[in-house]
Amino acid sequence: TAACKQAMEKSRPLWDNPLQFVFACISYAVGLGNVWRFPYLCQMYGGGGFLIPYFIMLIAEGMPLLYLELAVGQRMRKGSIGAWKIISPYLCGVGVASVVVSFFLSMYYNVINAWAFWYLFHSFQDPLPWATCPLNSNRTGYEEECETTSSTQYFWYRQTLNISPSLEASGGVQWEQALCLTLAWLVVYLCILRGTESTGKVVYVTASLPYCVLIVYLIRGLTLHGAVNGLIYMFTPKLEQLSNPKAWISAATQIFFSLGLGFGSLIAFASYNEPSNNCERHAIIVSLINSATSIFASIVTFSIYGFKATFNYESCLNRVILLLMNTFDLEEGSLTADNLSEMKDYLMATHPQEYAHLSPQLKNCSLEAELDTAVQGTGLAFIVYSEAIKNMEVPQLYSVLYFIMLLMLGIGSMLGNTAAILTPLTDSRTIATRFSKEVISGAVCFINCVIGLIFTMEAGSYWFDIFNDYAATLSLLLIVLVETIAVCYIYGIRRFEKDLYTMTGRKPNWYWKLMWAFASPLLIISLFIFYLSDYILTGTLQYQAWDATQGQLVTKDYPGYALAMIGLLVASSTTCIPLGALVTFIRKRLKRESVSTTA
Amino acid sequence: MLRVLLLTLSVVAIAHAGLCKPDAQNAFKVRLSIKTALGDNAYAWDANEEYLFKAMMAFAMRRYSSKSTTQISNVLLCNVTDRVSFWFVVTDSSKNVTTIPGSEVEAAIRMNRNRINSAFLLSDKTLQFVKITSTLSPPVEPSTPVWLIVFGVVLCLILAGIVFLVVAGIRQHKKKNKKSTERENLEEKCEVTITVENGIPCEALDLKAGHINGVFAADDERFTSL
Repeated sequence: TAACKQAMEKSRPLWDNPLQFVFACISYAVGLGNVWRFPYLCQMYGGGGFLIPYFIMLIAEGMPLLYLELAVGQRMRKGSIGAWKIISPYLCGVGVASVVVSFFLSMYYNVINAWAFWYLFHSFQDPLPWATCPLNSNRTGYEEECETTSSTQYFWYRQTLNISPSLEASGGVQWEQALCLTLAWLVVYLCILRGTESTGKVVYVTASLPYCVLIVYLIRGLTLHGAVNGLIYMFTPKLEQLSNPKAWISAATQIFFSLGLGFGSLIAFASYNEPSNNCERHAIIVSLINSATSIFASIVTFSIYGFKATFNYESCLNRVILLLMNTFDLEEGSLTADNLSEMKDYLMATHPQEYAHLSPQLKNCSLEAELDTAVQGTGLAFIVYSEAIKNMEVPQLYSVLYFIMLLMLGIGSMLGNTAAILTPLTDSRTIATRFSKEVISGAVCFINCVIGLIFTMEAGSYWFDIFNDYAATLSLLLIVLVETIAVCYIYGIRRFEKDLYTMTGRKPNWYWKLMWAFASPLLIISLFIFYLSDYILTGTLQYQAWDATQGQLVTKDYPGYALAMIGLLVASSTTCIPLGALVTFIRKRLKRESVSTTA
Repeated sequence: MLRVLLLTLSVVAIAHAGLCKPDAQNAFKVRLSIKTALGDNAYAWDANEEYLFKAMMAFAMRRYSSKSTTQISNVLLCNVTDRVSFWFVVTDSSKNVTTIPGSEVEAAIRMNRNRINSAFLLSDKTLQFVKITSTLSPPVEPSTPVWLIVFGVVLCLILAGIVFLVVAGIRQHKKKNKKSTERENLEEKCEVTITVENGIPCEALDLKAGHINGVFAADDERFTSL
């Protein structure tokens, strides 16, 4: 009856309006990866030319898979575990695997927010603490470690992370970082405390504020001296990179992980939708906005790169000019950037001995070399950007804006991750009747915070890299592959199509069905095979450790227990799938036997 | 008489010239970067500026040793280049043809560095005494680090927000408990009509028009328990 239906459906919380849902998806999908991974890929794989494989993968893989997940969530109106149980009882393992991966992700991801808080709080000083090196103990010069590297790198590796020389030397928990991590978890708890009620309001801010900051940075970035160099460098397409298979694989991987497929967050968000919601349109909108944001962010990043490279290049030139002027006592202003090469030849001819004595110190300054230093990840976000910011006017303002933007991006993604964990928990009758939403959310946040203290130790950054590289990659590919095959072949694509028709009033057209049934699974299988063979072929896995004496990163091998940890991470989520099927099978067998013996 | 005077003067002059040479004992090299420091307001380095330099050096020596014996003529400059850089020594007026030890000159300059810099509108970097390194001034550190203050403020705001939401939630729970008893009765009636509890009404299965899904056929819920 209609009254019954209403009663059943009212018990599930809903988004206030479809805009909240779209904002939640955008806030979740647009994350740090758009800012610190995509510009790096663009630079490595042919600049403007990378956009070609990127868009092809978006249309072939990104949009169909996003639509699939949103449709499943909206139809089943349950979190990931419940939704896959409905598709087929043997697939509850897929849901559990999603929850496990989300759990791993939320453990380490919030540490980035802690670092962003740390930098944000330190932005209220003049001068910025990463602008100058601290003095050494007898005040005759700067700290040795800071001299060998730059002040921004010193601030990141020594004063923020207090990094140890290797993974084995774990060191103690840094109390400053632990405080910031606790604060980050309190902020997340505040946002998810009341479920969709509070999340729905928060995503208005976390989705839109980063765009405001990006626009401010775009205007500031484009007006910086030397920004054009970076932009030209980025956008000149190097089309020969298109023949490199790695470019296509990176494009596919980036689309896949950037949209956050397979974590269960999208299913969780969609489950709070009205059944008649047009999720096809929303899927297209969200994926297009996600990609557009990546490109937008890389324009900003490359103007900042250009500024930083030009600044360093000009500083290098000025150092060389000063050195030559001081050695040969030339008049000030006689040596400029333009006549430098001619003057060098002239001096080499007229004073060969002194010039030869000086030549090891005369570096060849090259703008290309500065632009070529491709950085990704935390290095880009915290080192390169802070270096560029310290050279701008009113650096405190830009610093505060930038780190608030990072925080918004990070918290938006965290909201999706925690929703993926909490929705199945609040759906399950056993837990939801005993504990209220607030208590469950609090418990999840507390457990994650305590485990996250590992990442605040001196070796914490190395553990962070382990989790970042291995916790989600292979498992997600497998999860999404099983999801696609389950919906298309186990549940039946015609049945799914009919469900969508009854739900939203529109049938998915032939394009979606073709992608779901053939193209996307094939793409995922090829990605999966590529990654497996890559891991097997490279033999031992290695990581980058910070060497304080040299002032740079060195490559080291992972110790045994770290490799075991990696194996555990991958195994614990992937084995959930077959285990789930096995457990369901055994349970049904036992039930049938007990019924048949009594019958 | 005149010849003897001329002879002694020339000897003194030559001797003095011998005292001031690049890399002579107790001599210091000075380097000025006037154009870098002042840009368009840069002044030209001429004999008047050299006189001021000699005066500043004499002033520094007088202040340091508090003997009023050092004269401007005791400060000798040589090898002035276009850079602008030159060497100087300070001779001792009491003893003939000797220079004041470098350590004393260095200490005098260190003591009066600020005054010397401001006389020429330059700084430690743009008026360089090549062998004399300047002590770097430590940054001003407030008693409580600034970041802790900001952290404290943000933390208090977040905690206040959490407490407010939790308290509001508890109040709403109490209101809901009254309403939910009525709704539970309605839900019990609805449970009977809908066979599958997860929100898919039976009508959806009828779309198959008589096909029975093999998975559900094997489901034991069709058998009533004994």
